Formats: sequence, C-alpha cells, structure tokens
Amino acid sequence: MSVLSINDLRLSFKGLRGKTDVLHGIDLSIAKGERVALVGESGSGKSVTARIVLGLLQELRNARISGDVLFEGQALAAMTAKSRADLRGTDMSMIFQDPTSALNPTFTIGRQFAEVLRRRDKTLSAETCATRAADALAETEIPDPARVLASYPFQLSGGMNQRVMIAMALANRPKLLLADEPGTALDVSVQAQTLKLMHRLVADHATAVLFISHNLGVVREFADRVYVIYRGRIVEDGPTAAIFAHPRHAYTRALLDAVPRITGAGLPDVPEVSDAFLAPHISHGSGS
Amino acid sequence: MIRTILVLTRNPLSLLGLILVGLVIVAAVFAPWLAPYPTHNGAVVDFLNNNRAPSAQNWMGTDLVGRDIFSRILYAYQISLTLGVVVLVIATPIGTIIGLLAGYVGGWVEAVLMRVVDVFLSIPPLVLAIAMMGVLEPTLTNAMLAVTAMWWPWYARLVYAIARSEREEGYVLAAEVIGAGTPHIAFREILPNCLPAIITKMTLDMGFVIIIASSLSFLGLGVQPPTPDLGSMVAEGARYLPDSWWLTVFPGLAILIAVFGFNLLGDGLREVLEIDG
Amino acid sequence: MDPPHSLFFFRTEPPMSPILRLLLRRLGISVIVLIGVSMLIFVIARIIPGDPARIALGPNANAEQIANLRAEMHLDDSLPVQYANFVVDVLRGDLGTSLYTNRPVTLDIAQFLPATLELVLLAGIIMVGVGLPLGILAARHRNRWPDHLVRILSLLTVSAPSFVWAVILMLLFAFYLPLFPVAGRISDVYEIERVTGFLTIDALLMADLAVFADALHHLILPAVALSLSGIGQAARLTRANMAETYEKPYIEMAQAFGFFPNRIARIWAFKPSLIPSLTIIGLDFAAMLGNAFLVEAVFAWPGLSRYGVNVILRKDLNAIMGTVLIIALTFLIVNIIVDLLIALLNPRIRHSTRGGEA
Repeated sequence: MSVLSINDLRLSFKGLRGKTDVLHGIDLSIAKGERVALVGESGSGKSVTARIVLGLLQELRNARISGDVLFEGQALAAMTAKSRADLRGTDMSMIFQDPTSALNPTFTIGRQFAEVLRRRDKTLSAETCATRAADALAETEIPDPARVLASYPFQLSGGMNQRVMIAMALANRPKLLLADEPGTALDVSVQAQTLKLMHRLVADHATAVLFISHNLGVVREFADRVYVIYRGRIVEDGPTAAIFAHPRHAYTRALLDAVPRITGAGLPDVPEVSDAFLAPHISHGSGS
Repeated sequence: MIRTILVLTRNPLSLLGLILVGLVIVAAVFAPWLAPYPTHNGAVVDFLNNNRAPSAQNWMGTDLVGRDIFSRILYAYQISLTLGVVVLVIATPIGTIIGLLAGYVGGWVEAVLMRVVDVFLSIPPLVLAIAMMGVLEPTLTNAMLAVTAMWWPWYARLVYAIARSEREEGYVLAAEVIGAGTPHIAFREILPNCLPAIITKMTLDMGFVIIIASSLSFLGLGVQPPTPDLGSMVAEGARYLPDSWWLTVFPGLAILIAVFGFNLLGDGLREVLEIDG
Repeated sequence: MDPPHSLFFFRTEPPMSPILRLLLRRLGISVIVLIGVSMLIFVIARIIPGDPARIALGPNANAEQIANLRAEMHLDDSLPVQYANFVVDVLRGDLGTSLYTNRPVTLDIAQFLPATLELVLLAGIIMVGVGLPLGILAARHRNRWPDHLVRILSLLTVSAPSFVWAVILMLLFAFYLPLFPVAGRISDVYEIERVTGFLTIDALLMADLAVFADALHHLILPAVALSLSGIGQAARLTRANMAETYEKPYIEMAQAFGFFPNRIARIWAFKPSLIPSLTIIGLDFAAMLGNAFLVEAVFAWPGLSRYGVNVILRKDLNAIMGTVLIIALTFLIVNIIVDLLIALLNPRIRHSTRGGEA
C-alpha cells in the first residue's frame, strides 16, 4: 500500500471575478520509504498540492477541491477536519523553504521543539522534551544541542536553522515528509550539505518524502522518482534516471535545458509558453 | 477619488460611515432650515416648556430653559464640524512640512524638530489642550488654537516616518542625481506618497477632534453658552440624571453617531488605500 | 548571507545586560524630553496669557495688589531667569503654592494623584485584559463573524468620549439597574487609614475585606467607562498586527505541524504581534490620564483631574503647571516601563549587543 496516493486531484479558487483553476487532475503516488520529487516552476501548482495533502487548503473557504487524496489508504476528504489536523505534525510533517523565517522569532528553539514533540504525546514533561529534542538535534550533527535549544532562530545561522527544521520534522517519526523547496534560501554549499543529511535521515527511518522543487539538479541527487508538473497538470513521470536520460515531454526537455550549471543557483530560465508543453502526460512507469 | 468612493460603497460598514458622515454634514449645513425651532440656537428662554421629555413637539425633549434639544444638536454639529475642519486644515500642513523637513533633510534639522515633536507627544493630548485652555479665555477660537497646538505633532510623526523610508527609494535618489533641489524632492516627489496616509488620518481625526473639542467644553473649557455645543449639553444635563435623561443621552448619542461615521469611513479608506496601522 | 563556514557559528555572543543599557538610554532621552516639557509648560503659563498676577487675582484687583503678587512670583525678572528659578524650584521638589487651596502644590498633588492613578491603573488592566483577548479572537477568526463583531464593537467604543460612556454606564448600571454606586471612592460608613492613597491597597493593608470590596465596588464603573475606548483601540491594534503575523511562514509552519488553532492564536501568533502593539497600548494607557479628567467629573471622583479642573477654572498657574508636569512625568515613566517590557518580550533586543533598535 502506498503512503500517499493522489487521484485526479482538482483545485480551484472562487474569487470575486469567478473561478480560477489551479490543479487540473493530478495523479501521484508515493510508496513507503520512497522519495518522490514534484518538479515545476513557481505557480505550477506544486506547493498547493503539498498543502492539500497536509489538509491546510481544505480549511480555506474559497478553495474547491475534488478528487481523491489517500493517506495510508484513508481518504482525506472523508475525514473530519479534526482528524486531518491530527495527522499533521505526527504522521506527516513539512520542511519549509527558508528555515529562519519558518521558525518563530520570539520563542526559543527548545520551546518550539517541545510543542512539536507534544503533538505525539501531550503528557511529555519539559525535561523529557528537552532530552528528546537534544537527541533529535544530535542526529542532525548539531554539535551543541543544549545551546541550540536555548537559542532563538535569529541567533543561529541559516544552515543551523535548517538542521533544526529537519530534526523537528522527523522527530515524531512521520510516515510522510513534505519538503517544499528545502534550503532554496540558503547558500549553495550549505544547501547541498543539509540535503545530504536529510537524504541519510529519511533513508535511516524509511520515511516517504514528497520533495517539491523547481531545481532539477537538486532533484537528481535526492529523488527516486520524479513527477514534472506544468500549469496544474502532470506532464511526465518516471524513475529519476529515466527522466534525466530520456526526457520525452517537450516541457521536461525545456526544464532540463534550463538547469543552471551550478547546482541550486537561481530559477531555471524556461522559455515562454509553447504549444508542445500542453501535450498529454507521458509516464515511464514506476521503474521498480 | 470618485472610484475610491465607489469602492467604499461596496463595503456595508464603509457605506454606513459614508451615510452617517453625509447626514451629519447635511444636518450642520442646513441646520437653519432643518431645525424645528431655529431660534433655539441662542439664548432663548421658554420656561413654560422647560425640561420636557421627548414628545411629538420636541422629538428629543427640551432643556432646562425650554429650548428644543434636537434643534440645538443640529446647530452644535455646525460648531463641531467647523472646529474639526479648521483644526485639521491648520494642523495638517504644519505637521506635514515639519515631518517632511525632518524626514528628508535629516541631520540636526531632524534631531531638533523630532525632539520638539517628542515633547508635544509626551503630554497626553487632552491634558495639553486642557492646560492651554486653562490659561486662555474659553472661546471657540482659543479652543481651535489649543486643539491645533496639540494636533500637528501627530502629522509630523506620520509624515516623518514615511519620508524617512522614502528617502532611500530609487526615485528619490534618481531625482537627487539629476540635481533636483530639496524643496522639489520633498514636495513633488515624497509628499505625493504621503497623501493617502494623510487623507486617511484626517478622516479618522475628524472624529477625534470632535471628541477632544467636546471634552473641552464638557469641562467648561471650550465653547461657552448659549452657543450650542454637544459637550457642554452633556455636562449641563449630567446633574439631572436619571430623571431628565434626554438632556444627556441625545447629545451624547449625537457625538457617538458623528464620530462613528468618520471612524467607519476612515477605516474603510484605510483598507481601500492599503495603509498600515 | 552566511558564509559557508558559518554552519556551526553562533551569530551573537551572550548579552552584556542590554536591558540596563536600554534603560539608561531611555532615561537620558526622558530627561531631555522632560526639559522640553518644562519649557513648553513654562511658555504656556507665562507667555500666552499676559500677566499671570492679573489673571490670578481676577479683573477686580487693583494695581498695588498686582504689583505685590508680581514681586512675590518673581514676575519682574527676565524670562530666562524666571525659567531658571522655575526649574530650580521643581528640582527641589517645590511646585509653588496653590492660590486655590493655599497649600503647596506638591501636597495637593500627593493627596489627589493616588485616586487618579488607582482609577487609571484598573482601567489599564481592564483595557489589556479585555482588549487583547478580543483582538486575538478577531484575528483567530479573521473575516468571519467574530472578527466583524469585534470590529464594529471596537469602532463604537472609540467613537465616543469617555464622559459619554461614563454617563451611559451610570444611567444603566447605577440608576436603572442599581448594581454600582453613583459616585465617590468609598461608602461613608468606612474609615480608612491612608497609607498608599490607593484605597483598595490600603484596605488590604488593614486586612479588611469589606472595605476592600466597597472600594473596588466604587472603582469598577468609572474604570470601565475610562477603559472602553482603550479596549477598542487595543482590540483593533492586536487584530491588525496579528493578521499580519498570520501571513508569516512560521505560522504556516505551526499549522503544518498541527499546532492547535487556539494555541497558535494565543501563543505563536500573539507574542510576535504583541511587541509592535505595546508602544501604542502604552500611549493609550497614557491617554487615560487625560480622559480621567472626564470620568472623574461624572463620577465625582476625588482625584487629580477634579483638582486640575478646579485650579484651571481659578487660573491657579502654579497648580496648573504642577499638575501638567506630574502628568507628563507619569506619562514618561509609563513609556519607559513599556519600552522595558518590549525589551523583555523581544529576544532580539534582549540578546542584542547594542541594546537598541532591533
């Protein structure tokens, strides 16, 4: 059974000037422990997909969502808002683009970590939280966990905050980790280091990952399989190696051509709209 | 301008504000024609009809010397609005010029001007106005003077904050590069960017000026009888609570309605013009 | 941007008491402002009205009386000398003699200030205790009915001067529903030993709960009337700043980690929003010192404001200057407390080595 299975997911926003369609029927699945990348430009619908999986967009009044999202075989749409919320921070968690702004500036790391740990077990004492948080931070190769726990995010470097985010996201042993452009805001070499670390940790814990990125270079290092998304539609999917070796969809080829030479830097410079980009979905199969 | 008003009418609260403000302005401007007893504006005495509860003849009752309260409220709006307009028309340019100078020129000009502003802002506004009225004769002109004296620093601070952040903007630097003079940059380049915030603040402040002015006359430090004033009407009536409730309740509500209207309008403007704070 | 080697580098060193540095700087600024305030008060009192002696004595005084009083008040000296004398007197704690009570102004103020402060303090507590939760509620349910309701209520409360609220509350809850006393600080039957001048505290010092309850009972209605517009301001401000905070990535992070919406509102979104709100809340609190004039008049509250109005109506210049100076001083103290509170709440200031703007 896959950890996550998305079938014909559609999303539109109702606004003052009528309806805006964002997703036009997304199909995607992630097996246990599998690392899957969803690649596309900004505005292609990759971030909203992650937010639907988390159940966050369902809370918005003007969002119209249809199709199935199954988490461990359970349909999110059939669940109450409360039970969707119960999954967040426990069985699913998320890593954000800019670690420093994703941490609350007015509370210590320790305080925020404790709140995260108590998502799993409300009864945890402050001391237990501190011990477990320190263990989780040690796992991310942070040298002085106690000092980090007593610090505020602005006292730490971006790379350090990124490690903190990774430790928090994995602390409750989620089955699915959503990573939305992780580390894009960081220095290239720091980003590479933290991605390697994240790769090792999710492999150790057999955590499934939905890795969202605009950067094919980064995806190549990290993902087992890739989905390419263009304007709310999946245009091509397949094992990472196959996509990179034999890109078949015009948009994928355009994206690959635009990969910046140095990993991680800048947004890919994809040409303007081309009719070929609207060609139907091509699948390389699961590859396993 | 017209588009802004059209957008405002789409929000029910802003529309209500627009209607209330419109009604208050109409009441003030056309008071001589709208008032059932136009002569009750002044020192008229009608002891046969004094202190009457609201009735068909006197919708809001009569005061202690028999004057129609509704008529007096209409005339009192004239005083309140005149005072508000005069104060803002004088205080806003003074505050704006000082704020622009301090914010754009910087250096010792900024230091001196803003310390002066700090001094004014470190006395609660009402206390400063009360203190000034304490030494001045209580007349309408002096009340305007006192409220203006405490009002300009708020505009200076507002414009100063905007001017200081605009100072570093590209268009200002561009104007400096092509050799534009200080007055040109301050008034032609920076000032237009402060206008939405100034206009919004003026709308909200109309309400606050009315509050402060009525507070002064409530304490007997503002407009003097027999000129009708909402604050002094409340003060006179307060001694006859609870029996002659209409003496205080109607003038009190009149203040509330006018200020509420300006606040709703200002709040709507702030949203439409996207001003923070 | 971090240099690559900064992975394990802590950006700041442990603080060297930035709070103390901030306090000293604020005190320094306050002294400058206070000098400015004393000049402003001096200018208002000495230059605008013409001859203070003539004003003090009234229109029926003869030339000799005026000349005597002028000599007594040192009015024949040059203005800078007069100002210097004024400052020296103030620094010695001498605010002159009140022409109204014939007592030193400092004694009068010491007698009347506690009643006003007690009223303003309770009103401030009510403002914060009701206004902030209302703002949190509105922000938590942004653009839904609780938000609209709070917006209308707070716009209403700020739309009338405190004396109108005082009159309305008195009519409703002292006359129609006689729940609270109409006037005064304490019932005549009680004797109270004045230690602090705060009757509630003095009652507690006497360990007499009946007196405490009576004093509090008298205090509630005027304090609520005084706090109403502050409640509206605090609620609006909190809501506005929190709505901005809700757009921040760290709130989305909290939501993505399943933190409970009520806890997000009360803790994670509230604290970052409170810091920028505090300055204005401090100003609103200070504005209550002015509005107390209005509420005290309605409830016959024997405080500084009633004294202030009386001395103003009698053109008692020493007392006017003293009263305004004391209020400005109280205002400055409140501002310093607010700044320290902000520094305590904001780790960026607390942990900055410069101890200043963060």
